[in-house]
Parts: sequence; C-alpha cells; structure tokens
Amino acid sequence: MSVLVNKDSKIIVQGFTGGEGTFHAGQMIEYGTNVVGGVTPGKGGQKHLDKPVFDTVEQAVQSTGADVSIIFVPPAFAADAVMEAAAAGIKVIVCITEGIPTKDMIVVKEYLKDKDCRLVGPNCPGVITPEEAKVGIMPGFVFKKGKIGIVSKSGTLTYEAADQVVKAGLGISTAIGIGGDPIIGTTTKEAVEMFMNDPETDGIVMIGEIGGSMEADAAKWIKENGTKPVVGFIAGQTAPPGRRMGHAGAIVGGADDTAAAKMKIMEECGIKVVSSPAQIGAAIAELMSVKA
Amino acid sequence: MNIHEYQAKEVLKGYGVAIQEGIVADTPEQAVEAAKKLTEQTGTQWWVIKAQIHAGGRGKGGGVKLAKSLDEVKEISGKILGMQLVTPQTGPEGKLVRKVLIAQDVYYPGESETSEFYMSVLLNRSTGKNIIMYSTEGGMDIETVAHDTPHLIFKEEIDPSVGLQAFQARKIAYNLGLSGDAFKQMVKFVFALYKAYEGTDSSLFEINPVLKTSDNKIIAVDSKVNLDDNALFRHKDLAALRDIHEEDPTEVEAGEAGLSYVKLDGNVGCMVNGAGLAMATMDIIKLSGGDPANFLDVGGTADAKRVETAFRIILKDPNVKAILVNIFGGIVRCDRVAQGVVDAYKNIGEINVPIIVRLQGTNAEEAKELIDNSGLQVHSAVLLQEAADRVKEVLA
Repeated sequence: MSVLVNKDSKIIVQGFTGGEGTFHAGQMIEYGTNVVGGVTPGKGGQKHLDKPVFDTVEQAVQSTGADVSIIFVPPAFAADAVMEAAAAGIKVIVCITEGIPTKDMIVVKEYLKDKDCRLVGPNCPGVITPEEAKVGIMPGFVFKKGKIGIVSKSGTLTYEAADQVVKAGLGISTAIGIGGDPIIGTTTKEAVEMFMNDPETDGIVMIGEIGGSMEADAAKWIKENGTKPVVGFIAGQTAPPGRRMGHAGAIVGGADDTAAAKMKIMEECGIKVVSSPAQIGAAIAELMSVKA
Repeated sequence: MNIHEYQAKEVLKGYGVAIQEGIVADTPEQAVEAAKKLTEQTGTQWWVIKAQIHAGGRGKGGGVKLAKSLDEVKEISGKILGMQLVTPQTGPEGKLVRKVLIAQDVYYPGESETSEFYMSVLLNRSTGKNIIMYSTEGGMDIETVAHDTPHLIFKEEIDPSVGLQAFQARKIAYNLGLSGDAFKQMVKFVFALYKAYEGTDSSLFEINPVLKTSDNKIIAVDSKVNLDDNALFRHKDLAALRDIHEEDPTEVEAGEAGLSYVKLDGNVGCMVNGAGLAMATMDIIKLSGGDPANFLDVGGTADAKRVETAFRIILKDPNVKAILVNIFGGIVRCDRVAQGVVDAYKNIGEINVPIIVRLQGTNAEEAKELIDNSGLQVHSAVLLQEAADRVKEVLA
C-alpha cells in the first residue's frame, strides 16, 4: 500500500534528456524505482539511461503503460507538460520545476479539475515510498521504511524531519513534498487524508510554513476526521510580515497566515505542535509510544 | 517585483485604464516644466506633488502635497526630493526620494460630489482563482476597513475558464452605489483593470483610491502593482522597470550571486540550503536566545564559491555576533560543503565572530572531522539540537 507511489508504479520522466532530468532519473533508477521511459519532444526513438525516449506522453503511456510522471521541464513549458500528462491519462503527476508563473498554474488547476489524476507540486522535492519508489530529488538513504507519513512544503526540511523520525527509531511509509508555490496540486489536507486512509501509516508528521491557509484547513479536517496521531511544525515563526522567504508562497499577508496563528489552530485541533524544528522526531516518537 | 506609482500608471493607461495624469520629475526645475506641460494637456490649475518610493502611506509621512502655484510646485518638489521619507511601511530610517510625480488635481468641484473607492485584484490561494476585492471605503488603510467594517468589503471571483464577465463588472458598479455615467465608466474601468492584471502577469494590483470625479469620471488616483517574479522572463519591458535603488544593496548583491537573502534585524547570521530549512533555522536561533540577522538560502549547490559569497554578505552586517551554517546534504556531500566552508574561511582571513557549522546527511561524520581538524575557530555539530545548543553557548 503506502500512498501515491509504490514498487508497482510505472514511471516516466518528462524532460528526460535535460541536465536535471538525466541526473535525477539516474538517481531514481539507482534507488530501484521502476522508471519505464521518458519524454523529450524531438528525441523520440532514442535510448537514454537504457530506457526508451518518446516524443509525447501519449506515446509513452501507450508503449509502457506508465501511470506516474515526474516533470523536470523548464518553468516556461512546465504547465504545458503537466496538462499533457493529464491528457494522456497519467494518474500521479509530480512536478519538480521551480518558478512557474502563477497565471499558468491557474490554467493548470482549472484544466485538471475534471481529470482523473493527482498533481503533486510544483516547486517540490517529490514523493518517496522507501524501498519501493523514489519519484523525486530527495536523498533516498535518509528515508528508512516504517509507519510514519510525512507531508511538507519544503525540500531540505523534509529530509531533516525524515532523518529525525529515523533516528528516533521509527520509519517512513511515504513522504510527500507538496511544494512551496501559491498554487499547488495536492494540499496539506489532501495529503493528510491519504495518510489517514492508508493502512500502512500509523502516525503523521505535518510540516508547513508561513503564508496561505493550507495548514489551518488540514488541522480543521483532522479535528473532525483524524484517527491517527499528528505532529506539526510551522517554519517561519521569526519571519517578518510582507517579505518573501525564498519560496514564492512563503509570505505573511495578514493575521491568519503567520506561524503563530497556524500553530494555535493546529493545537486547538489536537495536533502536537513543536516550536523547535529539532524536536519533530522526539515528538512523534513520544506520541507513537503512548499509542502503543 | 514592485514598481513605482508613475510606472504602474503608465502600464495601466496602456491597457485603457483611466488614470490621474502626471509627469515624473527628478529636479524642482523639471517639476515646474512638468506642471506647465500638465496644465496644457489637462487644464489642471493645481498640482499634486507625490514622492515616488516603493512604500505605502506616503501622505502620512509628508510625501504627498498640493501645490496651488508654480512657485509652490518648485518649493514643495525641492523639499520632497532628497528627503528620507518615513511612512508606516518604510521602517524608522525611511527611504530616499529620488523622483516626484507631478499629478493633475482631480478633486475639482463640479456637478456632483466626488467619492473614493478601494479596488484590488489578487490571487485567492485557497481556490487558485483571481478575485477582485473592492470597497466603498476608499482612500483608507484596507486592513482598518477589514477590521472595523468587514461588511463593506466585497469580493468577486473570476472563473479562469471564461474570464471576467459583464454581469460581474455591473455587480461591482452597483455595489459601489453608482448610476448613470459613473456606472458605465466603472464597468469600463473594471474590465480594463482586469485585462491589465492578466496581461502583465501581476500578483497584486491595488488601486486606492479609485475616484469618481465631480464630472463622473472613474480614475485610478494611486496604483500599486506587484509583478509575478516568475513571469518576468516573458515581460522584458516590465522587467526593465526595476529600480534597484529601492532594494537593499546587499540583497541585490546576493541575488546576483544566486543566493536568496533577506536582511533582518537580529544578531545571529545563518546560511542554509533550502527555504523551508532556512526559516526553521531562523526559528531555532530565536529559541536558542538569539535573533536571526537574515534569511539566506544558498541553494542546492553549496560549493566553496557560494559559501564564501554568503559569508561575506552575512559579515557585512555589523550586528552579527555569530553565524550558524546549517546544511542538510543530500545529493551534495557534506564533506565537500565542509571543505567549502574551510576554504571560504581561509580566503576571507579574519572572521571575528564564532561560526557554528552543522552538517547532516551524506558523509556527515567525515565533514565534522574535517571541520574539527581544520584548526579554525569553528564549532561543529551533526544534530540540529546540538547546533542550537552551540548557538546558546556562544551567545552566553
């Protein structure tokens, strides 16, 4: 089980032959991920990393039966790549690309509305189900197999959390980096919901940051529907209002999207909130031992 | 990216949005010439002198004044140009005024009373759709309106599949209490404004106030335009409007080196890979009894050159009493980052503040050894909590 990707996933790489695509596809294959091919328009028929290259996602799906795609296409063309994957029937689309214009993402979101697929990202580290599939750019060795689901907006902070979970004697069922842009495909709430429904996940680590209302939405959902312990952390408690902190979406716009406001709502909804990012592992370990 | 009021108005005008006309000036002499020209073009008898800086609340700081003669234009422009304008948004040090906008007087008397409205266009992040937000309470701070009279703020969401519809523009004009000519002008204004927002790939338009003049014209008297940085690659003309004088020079330098840096007021500098971890590192500095002096994301390739540039940038801030380097090495190996830190340290020479280096991930132990054996005044750590404890120790 686990969520989104597993050992049976058939994965293609869009932007396969570019620098990023080549490097990370190589790492994914080395990890043991079932990469079945890639797409680069104009290079169809070639072989790359011993896998077939296709001109279109549709051809790739027809030839390989791919159901998952990871996108390393440059920002100007990434929105188009996401829609191409959706049109071709890909079920899980993971978009790594950083820097896609918001206007393009408004169109993507609208286009995906009626399609039977899920977008993760953009501007995210991807998804990993340890020992089964790495569909992303994260260092695979940090993620040991276990029962904790991790959802996070950030890259390295996800690795940090995973490392602490593992050092606390636990492991990870799936880690989902949902991305730091203002418009993203999978929200914190949707990721949490998947983990709550996953029989292989026993506890959840939810990492957010300033800006937007996704953590509050997830917290309210957890209060009503939660069945598993959740640890939460919000990055940016010391960020000044109105300044963008690296991620395009990480900006405090009003009173409701500060770290303090989010942490308060999360606590009120029964989430164990840690103020120090160094305590994530210890906190989930404590909750899990109480539960056992 | 932010642009000046005078630039924003030119952009809006290009899309057919009616604006308060004006001419920008760098000197009091130019201001007088601008005023004369403006009177020829618009017939205005008085002129509004508006300081051009990237901050709101300019009127409160004395950056917007009415001149009733050309002598006054010269005198007031002379006072505003070169002043350090302090507004609620600039911080106590204020911002140097380098340009003034000489604008037509639009509050002239006539057949009806003037009224001021508020209008903005922005993304509703939770739905992924744009909204037009508007209010009958124009010319005031919108946060105050939202707090005191939330029922006077209206929102109209735009369906991305069909765009802004006529009934929506009419609804806005009705809700603002308009009729007759002013109603028609407002419908036109809303359409042109939304077209400009989409056409420029903006992330925020704020027009406060939108004015109904005494002869029932609808015009933008002020305008704040934020462009989507991610879309500037396809708007070279708009990208050229950037005014680096308005930005912190160190932030500009960092940007040129590919570092994402934001200056803060604290005493502990930090250098981190990844934006989320960088914010978390700022938080842990605070929990350790310090205050973050900056946000700094060195990006995915924390090589010696970038690390050195990052050190130099952080050390420019005289308030920095310690530096915490926090790198989670994944694809990048920690020992290479450690070598980068050692090389950068040696290149810079004297560094008079303690440095705590926390490297975790691939080859973390080798990296720690490398730092410990370097003979430099650098404290090493592997776990994040250890790094926090070291910060506490050096600040004590």
